[in-house]
Amino acid sequence: MELRKGYLKDEPVESIYFGGGTPSLLEESEIRLLIDQIRENHSVERDVEITFEANPENLSIEYLECLKSLGINRISIGIQSFNDLQLKYLNRNHNANEAINSFENARRVGFDNINIDLIYGISEENTIWQANISQALDLSPEHISAYCLTIEEKTVFGNWHKTGKLLGINEETGASHFESAHTSLSKAGFQHYEISNFCKPGLYAKHNTSYWKNRKYLGVGPGAHSYDMNTRQYNVSNNALYIKSLNGGNFSSKVEKLTTIDKVNECLLTGLRTIWGCNLEEINNKHGIDLLEKKIRSINHLLSSGLGKLDKATLSLTTSGWLIADKIVSDLMID
Amino acid sequence: MDNIRNFCIIAHIDHGKSTLADRLLESTGTVSGRDMQAQLLDNMDLERERGITIKSHAIQMDYSKDGNLYILNLIDTPGHVDFSYEVSRSIAACEGALLVVDASQGIEAQTISNLYLAIEHDLEIIPVLNKIDLPGAMVEEVSDQIMDLIGCKREDILLASAKEGIGITEILEAIVNKVPAPGGDPNAPLQAMIFDSMYNPFRGVEVILRVFNGTMNKGDLVKFFNTGKTYNVDEVGILKLNHQPVKSIGAGNVGYLVSGIKEAREVKVGDTITHVDNPTKQAIKGFEDVKPMVFAGIYPVETSEYEELRSSLEKLQLNDASLVWEPETSAALGFGFRCGFLGMLHLEIVQERLEREFDMTVITTVPSVQYHAIKTDKSIIKVNAPSEMPEGNLISHVEEPFIKAQIITKSDFIGVVIKLCMDKRGTIGNQVYLTADRVELSFEMPLAEIVFDFFDRLKTISRGYASLDYELIGFRKSDVIKLDIKLNNDKVDALSAIVHRAKAYEWGKRLCVKLRELLPRQMFEIAIQASIGSKVIARESVRAMRKNVIAKCYGGDITRKRKLLEKQKKGKKRMRQIGNVEIPQEAFMAVLKLD
Repeated sequence: MELRKGYLKDEPVESIYFGGGTPSLLEESEIRLLIDQIRENHSVERDVEITFEANPENLSIEYLECLKSLGINRISIGIQSFNDLQLKYLNRNHNANEAINSFENARRVGFDNINIDLIYGISEENTIWQANISQALDLSPEHISAYCLTIEEKTVFGNWHKTGKLLGINEETGASHFESAHTSLSKAGFQHYEISNFCKPGLYAKHNTSYWKNRKYLGVGPGAHSYDMNTRQYNVSNNALYIKSLNGGNFSSKVEKLTTIDKVNECLLTGLRTIWGCNLEEINNKHGIDLLEKKIRSINHLLSSGLGKLDKATLSLTTSGWLIADKIVSDLMID
Repeated sequence: MDNIRNFCIIAHIDHGKSTLADRLLESTGTVSGRDMQAQLLDNMDLERERGITIKSHAIQMDYSKDGNLYILNLIDTPGHVDFSYEVSRSIAACEGALLVVDASQGIEAQTISNLYLAIEHDLEIIPVLNKIDLPGAMVEEVSDQIMDLIGCKREDILLASAKEGIGITEILEAIVNKVPAPGGDPNAPLQAMIFDSMYNPFRGVEVILRVFNGTMNKGDLVKFFNTGKTYNVDEVGILKLNHQPVKSIGAGNVGYLVSGIKEAREVKVGDTITHVDNPTKQAIKGFEDVKPMVFAGIYPVETSEYEELRSSLEKLQLNDASLVWEPETSAALGFGFRCGFLGMLHLEIVQERLEREFDMTVITTVPSVQYHAIKTDKSIIKVNAPSEMPEGNLISHVEEPFIKAQIITKSDFIGVVIKLCMDKRGTIGNQVYLTADRVELSFEMPLAEIVFDFFDRLKTISRGYASLDYELIGFRKSDVIKLDIKLNNDKVDALSAIVHRAKAYEWGKRLCVKLRELLPRQMFEIAIQASIGSKVIARESVRAMRKNVIAKCYGGDITRKRKLLEKQKKGKKRMRQIGNVEIPQEAFMAVLKLD
């Protein structure tokens, strides 16, 4: 952190996120050291959001109390499902009871901003997914992230899929699960503000939102990414190499300089995932690329087919547009 | 002249012609071990990969026997029915032929038709049974076939394995002893025949020729009989592994001439070369202007690459004079070219060479033969593309080209082969048993029916034991109609086809099904319709894409995600947008894959 303190150019820190991997392996003193370091090297805003990501089995009352005492004010729990069979299928270390307990523990300790991660598209039927949503609503979290199970090659799931241990679902099922999440959660008063994210009114995940709104961020740790509006950097992801490079007093990362085209394409790809959309006029002013003129055919098609909306110069996607957002974004991207 | 031997090799694909040629070159020391590479004469990558000869090649070897030095000119010929005219000209340049037959396969149709050509030209035939080392070699049986076919004695058949180097010396001996020395009069007026040409970017077109009478010297002023053009002979030479300039080439010999010719079209295979002063009175018989048999549109995938495609085609034509083309416009594809090919293999070769040698990504439209639309006043409109077919009320009738096909197969497969040919609107002619279990069947059938997948299907149903040769026999009245394809109500002219009325429904249905498989799903449903005039005869649909979105996109995912979508976008570049539908390149060739 010391080595990288100049990266954010004295801009105040609005959010801190402990995630990626298993931060709950850290002990109180280690977390304290990290937070102190951040405060020492940066000015931190008074209402900073500090999120801590953890799996249910690690969220004991004691650990939660210690997190609370350290100033952490948001907990994100990797519950995934409230169905024991599904949890087993996904090779998780917790069961449904532990999931519920961990949430209740967090509440008891006094956390008033809790996220639950859920996964859909695990199996074809919709009833388990509906039950998962109901159970989540019963707990009344402030925020729900609902991800479709993604099977990618060269990952654990990818290998399971190859060996038949993990079955894929068909596209229609994924779509209908997405739609039922949208319907049920909207009805329960949640705002569907990003493709996979829902929140009680106004309680957006500040930290994640900054990724989609093109803000700077500094990532620390092996494999962590950083962004300063002009470049994206990623730290070496091998732990040993990472430590070695730090001990040598130099910091090893790959830097990718973004061209104007990259920047515009990134705006599209992040912005269109959210209810805030992409302000095409702003893009034109900043980068001199008039998407409204260049992509008028595609944009008109989005509007006429109910996949997109244009409010003044801001283009955003509807819920049905979100379902095929990748296709839409790749059509709109420039080269 | 007495020591010259001109010979070619007649063989079916895969019967080992190129390997045998390699062995002959090696054992005469024409090529040293260092320069040796497999299939030396097939110097196009495509030829090596596919194991076929596309262009003719000639090479001169020296061979010493009993203190005499012999000059052996090997003229290698293409091995596919698409190139039968080139083969006939190469044969006309020889006095002898090695008939190479795979001992494990037996004689094939292509071999027989080329053999007949050779016999017609009075070539001395030296039968060679190749691949005798293979466990499946049927030396007795295949020898019987050969004896039946050319009426030779069993002991005349040379046993060889080019791969193992067996029998090579015997073959060389036979060439010297049996193939007659060329006739001709070195003092008569010059009479030479062009049997091939090659394009060299620095020297222009190199003309490969055989001198029959007279002598061609460096510096001579010569005339090409059929084009009437005259040239100064800048260089003449013989065809060693590397071309070797000489002062003159005399009657009986084979060589090349360079005259700074820029256009391959001026050099027509089969044309006669003579002197401007003291010309020969007679051209060499057998010249034909090569006529394309199959036509298809070639379009750039990127509309902006039209000019690049034109210049690529021009360059390709420099060493493939049989390729003809003219500009064409398609409502669906924009600007492109209507090209004429010798056959489907030739079409594939051109397409592949455009992609490999010129880095062009092209769309090839539905191939078609040339139809004749006969107007009521009996005048003929030549129709090379479905879009050129006049409306029914403007014409009296349509005629389509018919061929005579010879198919040789094992007798076990007669039934399935006849059925296939009947399905393809064929009528059966002769059935001749070549041996107890090999039959030659003759059919008359429309050329259009064999343009597509006929050959592949023939191979499949006969488990590889059938071979095909054909020749054009003329135009016949036929009830053909134009079938159109619409995607979301936009007509895609590049997918239109001319088909026989009796087959239109089947064709339309299968094409719609195939397109349903090949069209990627898009944001909306795609309606596919096949129609004759305004009547829809088949329909299918491609459902709209339901879900295409990655679940997570956080700080560490953005770069990867951007690159992923950019890649998707690149994939789209190989597609053509028609109306609002994106059509991948391969969909245009869908008709070729209808099963």
